[in-house]
Amino acid sequence: MRRDVFQAIADPTRRAIILLLATQAMTPNAIAEEFKSSRQAVSKHIKILSECELVKQEQKGREIYYHINSGKINEIDKWVEQFRKIWETPFNQLDKVLATIKNQKK
Amino acid sequence: MKNDLLFDFTVDKAAKTVFINREFAADLSLVWDAFTKQEILDQWWAPKPFTSKTKIMDFKVGGRRFYAMVSPEGKESWSIQKYTSISPKTNFKMLNAFADKDENLELPGSDWDLNFSEHNGKTKVSIAIKNESLARLEKMVEMGFKEGFTMTLNFLEDLLTTLSQRH
Repeated sequence: MRRDVFQAIADPTRRAIILLLATQAMTPNAIAEEFKSSRQAVSKHIKILSECELVKQEQKGREIYYHINSGKINEIDKWVEQFRKIWETPFNQLDKVLATIKNQKK
Repeated sequence: MKNDLLFDFTVDKAAKTVFINREFAADLSLVWDAFTKQEILDQWWAPKPFTSKTKIMDFKVGGRRFYAMVSPEGKESWSIQKYTSISPKTNFKMLNAFADKDENLELPGSDWDLNFSEHNGKTKVSIAIKNESLARLEKMVEMGFKEGFTMTLNFLEDLLTTLSQRH
């Protein structure tokens, strides 16, 4: 099954994992300790995040550490930004229109 | 233009709804006018370099706004907003649909629910846009949309802030 980043962040636990990994690289065990769900459930989330390339793994000695793939995160940000812009631009224009009208009233 | 005015933006794929909260530095009656009067609407509704051209505007329940987004090349994309409910300076609802130049609707459209409230001289506008079909939402944003997708911008902002602090 092909995964995409939007599916990855559709889940609240996965969003929480991404936020957690944004501060530091962590082992799967350390990540699992942060959540009430079972270790198995957390590994499944990590697996999906890896498949979507939102997190990368790195072997350090005997431990595997997960860290965030900022390149991929920026991709999402660009996508949302375009979406948000559709409303942002007119609203910024409205700010100016409102300011002009207020000045005229003075 | 950067400012400290609230701007929340949430896409709820499951509910096929876009939620927007935006504050404006003006009193309620002025902001209400900006959303309901043709002469002000046409000054800001279309994102530049597009312009908004309202041909018919009848702001009352059962009335409509028939307008076009005009591209820099002069191409007109028509839409109709039919006002379904109005509580002055508090709320109005409308059905928004694409149309041709002869006012023939391209259904389905989207249902808009706009709430207005004033706090400390600022006016907050909360907009919920519910799309009858995902195809409509796709057309609105002119880009693909994926399955199983619910996301808030706040999440990304948190994330990007955290990331930028780390580096």
